[in-house]
Amino acid sequence: MALTYLEAGRRALAEAMAADKRVVALGEDLGRGGVFGQYKGMQEQFGPGRIIDTPISEAAIMGTAVGMALVGRRPVVEMRFSDFALCAVDELINQAAKARYMFGGQGRVPVVVRQPIGMWRSSAAQHSQSLEAWYAHMPGLAVVCPATPADNYGLLKAALATDDPVVYMEHKDLWGLEGELDAAPVPLGKARIARPGRDATIVTWSKTVHVALAAAAELDRNGVSAEVVDLRTLWPWDKETVFASVRRTGRLLVAHEAVQVAGFGAEIAAVVAETLDDALKAPVRRLGAPRIPVAYAPPLEDRARVGAADIAAAVRALVATTRRAAAAE
Amino acid sequence: MSMTGNTAEARRNDAHVARLLDMYRTMARIRAFEERAEQGSRDGLVKGAVHLSIGQEAVAAGVCRNLEQSDFITSTHRGHGHTIAKGADVGAMMCELFGRAGGTCEGKGGSMHIADFNVGMLGANGVVGAGIPIAVGAAHGIRLEAEAAGRPDPRVVVCFFGDGAINRGPFLEGLNWAQVYKLPILFVCEDNAWSATTFTRALSAGPGPAARAEALGIPATTVDGNDVEAVDRIAGTLVAKVRGGGPAFLLATTYRLKGHTAADAGAYRKAEEVAAHLARDPLPRTAERLKALGVEAGVVDAVVRDAAAELDDAYARAKAAPWPDDGLAFTDVLDVGAGTWR
Ligand SMILES: Cc1ncc(C[n+]2csc(CCOP(=O)(O)OP(=O)(O)O)c2C)c(N)n1
Repeated sequence: MALTYLEAGRRALAEAMAADKRVVALGEDLGRGGVFGQYKGMQEQFGPGRIIDTPISEAAIMGTAVGMALVGRRPVVEMRFSDFALCAVDELINQAAKARYMFGGQGRVPVVVRQPIGMWRSSAAQHSQSLEAWYAHMPGLAVVCPATPADNYGLLKAALATDDPVVYMEHKDLWGLEGELDAAPVPLGKARIARPGRDATIVTWSKTVHVALAAAAELDRNGVSAEVVDLRTLWPWDKETVFASVRRTGRLLVAHEAVQVAGFGAEIAAVVAETLDDALKAPVRRLGAPRIPVAYAPPLEDRARVGAADIAAAVRALVATTRRAAAAE
Repeated sequence: MSMTGNTAEARRNDAHVARLLDMYRTMARIRAFEERAEQGSRDGLVKGAVHLSIGQEAVAAGVCRNLEQSDFITSTHRGHGHTIAKGADVGAMMCELFGRAGGTCEGKGGSMHIADFNVGMLGANGVVGAGIPIAVGAAHGIRLEAEAAGRPDPRVVVCFFGDGAINRGPFLEGLNWAQVYKLPILFVCEDNAWSATTFTRALSAGPGPAARAEALGIPATTVDGNDVEAVDRIAGTLVAKVRGGGPAFLLATTYRLKGHTAADAGAYRKAEEVAAHLARDPLPRTAERLKALGVEAGVVDAVVRDAAAELDDAYARAKAAPWPDDGLAFTDVLDVGAGTWR
């Protein structure tokens, strides 16, 4: 049976809560289903003691989750929008991410921090951000960005089974996306080939996977075969799958919705350039948003968007480039 | 000319009636704006989420009636009313909501970030409670400027926020700061009972927002926020006190007559609860009061008609306005290294 991305996440959490009494969820308006309906019916099922309605107190939501975790609970923290998680950055970065290490391994912090990301219906600068790279930068955190219903099920399950903090970033524009679930577990750190191809590799994640697939379809009609790798998790990231793909195609584009400057694309591009120089037929390329806040008015908002045409153009440019070294072969 | 004779008391009454009529006009304009924002949201003309202040107009009108253009306010996600009451142009505001050229924020902000610095409106906010320290900082800025100039500065800041914001850290941090530095700021907590789908009191410890302010030594007054005369009177006293320095706190009890956003039917609230509050709607209440004070029904009705006409015009103009130049997406980012890819 097909489920939406939203329902897939709800099912993963409900199953984990049914299987393990230590799992609880806390956040604002969860009793009424959460702001997007991700928790609909769950308070009725698990009670207000486990689907906890909180005051508008992000710092306390995140901070208390750390305390709960240190004494053996497994909290799921709902931050509503990744933008509001910034009100709890100390609790997440200085506390959750470091407690295990600082205290010499005496405690663990198995929290899943749900932070929906992305541009969504003219939501402007404080409700549209994609901040995954910030968390990928932080030692002590895993970072997950599911792109499909199957992955929102499988990856949330994997996150819930992790004994250290996981920043779990669903994309607001994907809630209604339908797809079949897969019973096979999805481990953190394993990428997925969303579409095989020969001429270039597009590494991407979250909603941009779908944009890249549209670009690949268009490229295919014009005789360019692009492989789309859905990274799924940013930390740990699946170097093996990315390297294997780039070895086959010889060309890499990393595309993401987040701002390009210091985005996670930079990390992937750098590692691939450092590691696979011999295999590269063209310099690696990145494509992300310009370094501007997301505006409200649609024509302005669109300027911050990475579209299928942008990705296709970047791939065409990559394929048209052939480095001297490779050309000399 | 006096309606009641030419005594000193009659003149005072006339002034009072004129002031009330003026505040009623502000309330009617806010209501007309919000109704068209709601309509625009239904019609797909308003692009993002919109939080309506229908039912809360008396707080904005009554408080801002006591402010000068040089005074400052900060507001929340539910900020249209405060912005209009502070004197912003409703046509430019409607363009902003529609994402069209000519908007107060060039189409960059939308409803949730409505602002008009020309009239001292320092911004609505997408983050609950975030306006509080900013307002305190503006008050501190006024103080610093006065000290630098070596003479008193009469300007004040009014910080509007909802009952839900009192559970965030910046509420405590901001109030403490204002009191420690004795800053010229009036905190106005607009208690509309709800925070999104949550009944705020169920998740707020203690006797309420005013008690929290008092715990820090900030004098707090509670007012029926649907009674614009009472709001005006008390806000007048508090603003005068704040102009001399030192914060004050006003708790205005009101009710959010609509859902949290225009897209929210608010089905989690009992119909009787909403009906009871509809009976306390500040607009008809003020209209009745004006009539009881001797204002002709025709005059009162004309206020609503004029507001409707003004806002119909704003709506039509915004709808007909062109989209903003998309190059604006790259302006006002940063002076040293503008918006770009590298
Ligand atoms: C820090 C933060 N957390 C959560 C939200 C989501 N949110 C927007 S409005 C709102 C309710 C606010 O209630 P209140 O302060 O009482 O204002 P009201 O909506 O009633 O005007 C919430 C939770 C937010 N914008 N910012």
